[in-house]
Amino acid sequence: MADEAVIGTEQGEGVRRRDFINIAAVSAAGVGGLSVLYPLISQMAPSADVLAESSTEVDISAIKPGQAIKGMFRKQPVFIRNLTPAEIAAANKVDVGSLRDPETLDQRTKPGKANWLITMGVCTHLGCVPLGAGEGETKGEFGGYFCPCHGSQYDTAARIRKGPAPKNLEVPPYEFTSDTVVKIG
Amino acid sequence: MSFPWANDYKPSHPFMVWMDEKLPLPRFVYNAVGGGYPVPRNLNYWWNFGFLALICLGIQIVTGVILAMHYAANQGVAFDSVEHIMRDVNWGWMLRYAHANGASAFFVVIYIHIFRGFFFGSYKAPREMVWLLGVVIFLLMMATAFMGYVLPWGQMSFWGAKVITGLFGAIPLVGEPIQHWLLGGFAPDNAALNRFFSLHFLLPFVIVGVVVLHIWALHIPGSSNPTGVEVKTESDTVPFYPYFIAKDGWAAGAFLLAYCAMVFFFPNALGHPDNYIPANPMQTPAHIVPEWYFWPFYAILRAFTQDFLIFPAKLMGVLAMFSAILVWFLLPWLDRSPVRSARYRPLYRKFFYALLVDAAVLGYCGGSPAEEPFVIISQIAAMYYFLHFLVILPIVSSIEKPDPLPYSITEAVLGADDHAALAAKA
Repeated sequence: MADEAVIGTEQGEGVRRRDFINIAAVSAAGVGGLSVLYPLISQMAPSADVLAESSTEVDISAIKPGQAIKGMFRKQPVFIRNLTPAEIAAANKVDVGSLRDPETLDQRTKPGKANWLITMGVCTHLGCVPLGAGEGETKGEFGGYFCPCHGSQYDTAARIRKGPAPKNLEVPPYEFTSDTVVKIG
Repeated sequence: MSFPWANDYKPSHPFMVWMDEKLPLPRFVYNAVGGGYPVPRNLNYWWNFGFLALICLGIQIVTGVILAMHYAANQGVAFDSVEHIMRDVNWGWMLRYAHANGASAFFVVIYIHIFRGFFFGSYKAPREMVWLLGVVIFLLMMATAFMGYVLPWGQMSFWGAKVITGLFGAIPLVGEPIQHWLLGGFAPDNAALNRFFSLHFLLPFVIVGVVVLHIWALHIPGSSNPTGVEVKTESDTVPFYPYFIAKDGWAAGAFLLAYCAMVFFFPNALGHPDNYIPANPMQTPAHIVPEWYFWPFYAILRAFTQDFLIFPAKLMGVLAMFSAILVWFLLPWLDRSPVRSARYRPLYRKFFYALLVDAAVLGYCGGSPAEEPFVIISQIAAMYYFLHFLVILPIVSSIEKPDPLPYSITEAVLGADDHAALAAKA
């Protein structure tokens, strides 16, 4: 100890060479450790092949008004529904301000294609597939979709109206490549 | 640890003397679970459940490591590999049923162990650390059990995984990225199945590690006992071996009888038929329920159906479900009564039984469909659950007048008769 004190005073300041080595060593080990951590965490994110499967084309020519089909997008169901004029009217009649997740039907569909309601078939509560797209399935109190897991009810614009789900059914990115084909993703 | 009167380890065989010098493992075992560990003489059958939990952990690790030799964690073949185990592997059906029912048995035992702690105040000073580590073990068990249930890749496996990872989506802003990161995709798929298998294999050994800490922390103050009165003299204790090894052995025999009855005669009684349907991402089962041991917490999750201020119902449900367990971490400081055992706490005892009923009601609602009257019942029961820990316990511990405590464990066992007590001392 006495020697170190002497060395310190010889340099004329309170910082010893050993302090510098300590800080440098701990910093290098810390930065090194953190950089190793990054790939260990990042490897858990969706891999390139999973991300590559994220676009799909659907032929909608056979869907008559009032009917719906279930497609698949990112390994999850997507509902493509041809709304009847009555369903569109019902969706437009709702006071948007009273909704939990306020959106109009027009905001949820493409211009001039208000009858084509394309949403994920994934309840925004905990991810179940709501009923209402299949033949003979219950559409719930609001004529849209009904999630059997925890009782969330969606209206004809697939907006959340009742139950625990926080948001409307998600509208995935999509475009009409022709009048009868939709490219989702 | 020990009390000054604990027996000393004295190796007699020359090999054991040699061993004691090189690696004193036999000494360690003798002092931990042998004649060198004095325990209160009045431990009742509720004190056997720690040992039974250890047996369950052993059964799960042995059967689990074997099942892993035959199981394939790939979404294309996982379901078929489980059927391969059930139909083709020698004794595969028995090993899988032993593992599946072993999980249920483990939770039965651990819930009794936890409620033993609630009743006898085992969480109080100086044993807070024992309790805290126990809660950590319970959380690890829940994670392990959840991931194990996903592996057969049946309908309940898939949708259970989807619902539970969906919980993380409730976190504001970062919820969805976290959910995709946990799953390695947008929905449960091969990436999720593989990592769940890896972690399901790892976590039991982490549990073993925390169990060692749990027992270590326990052996510093020594075991509690049904009176809650601390050990005072040697006459209050008996050596762990042979007395409680024998008692634990008897309990183990009784437990294994019940367990084997389940494995061999009712192997699917606690399972869901839906899990014998291969996972289908396009079709939700009509009634998604987790395994029975998660029902009370699932009921709390579902009890929140209305938004509250800026908090969406989903987030509230998720926070409440996790808080239902995290509140146990505060228990040693919420219950301020210096009296440990509910035997001498007339008021607390009533609320203990009320909590027991409340947990059973929550469990029943959690296993029922999400419709009335179960929703309103779970809402009331969930509210009472939190009231019990956060309001009732602190108030009860300050207003309650406890019954008189026995002077010592010996007095509690032999009565206040001086002669008997003296005879025991001699």
